[in-house]
Amino acid sequence: MRVLRTLVLMIAIASACFPLAAQAQALVADLSSHLVAITTGFAGTDVLLFGAVEGPGDVVVVVRGPDEREIVRLKGRVAGIYVNRKEMAFSRVPSFYQVAASGELDKIASAAERARLEIGTENLRLVPEVERDPATVAEYRAALIRNKEAQGLWGRNVAKVASLGARLFRVNVYFPSNVPVGVYQVQVFLFHDGEVRAAQTTPLSISKVGASAEIFDFAHREAAAYGAIAIAIALAAGWAASAIFRRV
Amino acid sequence: MQIYLPIAELSLNVFGLLGLGVIVGFLSGLFGIGGGFLLTPLLIFIGVPHAVAVSTHANQLIAASASGALAHWRRNAVDFRMGLVMLVGGFVGSTLGVWLFKELSRMGQVELVISLSYVVVLGLVGLLMLSESGISMLRQRRHAPPKPRAGRHPYWVRVLPFRMRFYRSRIYISALVPFVVGMFVGVLVAIMGVGGGFIMVPAMIYILGMPTAVVTGTSLFQIVVITANVTFLQALTTQTVDVVLALILMIGGVLGAQVGARAGVNLKGEQVRGLLALLLLAVAGKLLYDLVVTPADLFSISRGGA
Repeated sequence: MRVLRTLVLMIAIASACFPLAAQAQALVADLSSHLVAITTGFAGTDVLLFGAVEGPGDVVVVVRGPDEREIVRLKGRVAGIYVNRKEMAFSRVPSFYQVAASGELDKIASAAERARLEIGTENLRLVPEVERDPATVAEYRAALIRNKEAQGLWGRNVAKVASLGARLFRVNVYFPSNVPVGVYQVQVFLFHDGEVRAAQTTPLSISKVGASAEIFDFAHREAAAYGAIAIAIALAAGWAASAIFRRV
Repeated sequence: MQIYLPIAELSLNVFGLLGLGVIVGFLSGLFGIGGGFLLTPLLIFIGVPHAVAVSTHANQLIAASASGALAHWRRNAVDFRMGLVMLVGGFVGSTLGVWLFKELSRMGQVELVISLSYVVVLGLVGLLMLSESGISMLRQRRHAPPKPRAGRHPYWVRVLPFRMRFYRSRIYISALVPFVVGMFVGVLVAIMGVGGGFIMVPAMIYILGMPTAVVTGTSLFQIVVITANVTFLQALTTQTVDVVLALILMIGGVLGAQVGARAGVNLKGEQVRGLLALLLLAVAGKLLYDLVVTPADLFSISRGGA
């Protein structure tokens, strides 16, 4: 893994230094890590995306977590108290979403391209399971985006892709501690004159490892044994405390 | 120091969680309650998913109440016969409660029902206890004799069938009454993520007429068994019991419970009940305020299974 990564980095640098040798490849990018390991001490992490481009243009990066189903509920006042009155379910909602760009998005990419490639939360294809009038759907969509941003799982702002010289670029993608596990897609686009010139998709796996992974697996595979152990630990802790304190 | 909780799927500060455990454990030992009506809303507030907070708290309660129950048992302050009758009702109630919880989550109304139950139950119990303990404190100040013990059950309680003699509590009452109290508490354990001590303690005092000395111990004994049942059921059906979170809360909780049990010995019964009543009313007031005031965002989202 490490050897491969070093190799890719070397290719990236080489292609930047020797443009003639790499004319076929307009865009090369890689991640500092293809696996985010959630261990017991996990408190969020940064993953570095770096690469090189050939020729003029701007870089846009889109990080998407696995899709999930989300229910958006609207509260209304009933007899003085607030109650969930209405709901709308969206399927295929990215559990994590972050965009990074080397400049302002609306100057880099045409509106049509942004919509096609789902760049920016406003361009995400969020379609309700049950059809409703467009104004209502827009309201629920906006609420979904707002709440996802509040959870820290969707980027409120476009992150900055830093350019090093004319060809190299890098960007840090932050994953908070409540990041959902699964296989993520990191899409890197090279734009020029509002059109995509090159694109690359790299998978990124976020998974639990070590003790936290084992506990999670055990709780799901051997649910009854897990429950019994949880009870036994609790009883032992209660008894131990009682025994210790009797002597104090 | 942050620690990643494998089932809750987020990181929280270890010392913050320990502190929460100590505070709740102290109340548990002092009042013979689980303290769930404080801990469960607090866990949800700091970001623990709702179902994980309820299930994990049930697991944590086992430790805190077991340590408290043992301390009371050594002082011969547990009525096991009464506890067992209540447990039969408790098993029926918690099974019913788990089913209700599942249905309400599906309808998106579980949080509302929980808040409303908190407001109604805590408010009523708090007011009742506050007035009773106030009256008995006043009576003591005037050196009036306490109410006689005999014949203190209400008429409707005295005419019920299946009467049983509970020697430790020195009462003679229909087994149906503790059965129904236990069943009601079982529903609360499953739905509200609480031990139910705050309703069981007053029910034992005012409806069953048990002496205050055995109420706390018996209540704790019953909570140990019911929470063990709920922990097992949740681990089996929803996999929402987080042992790492529970263990941290337990360490804080058992320490606090021991200190609380000692502090309780020095307090008079009506003082304990008066303090508990004020605490219940404070929580009920806060929850009612949250229901009435316009939320910052009228919309909320939740991850829904297919």
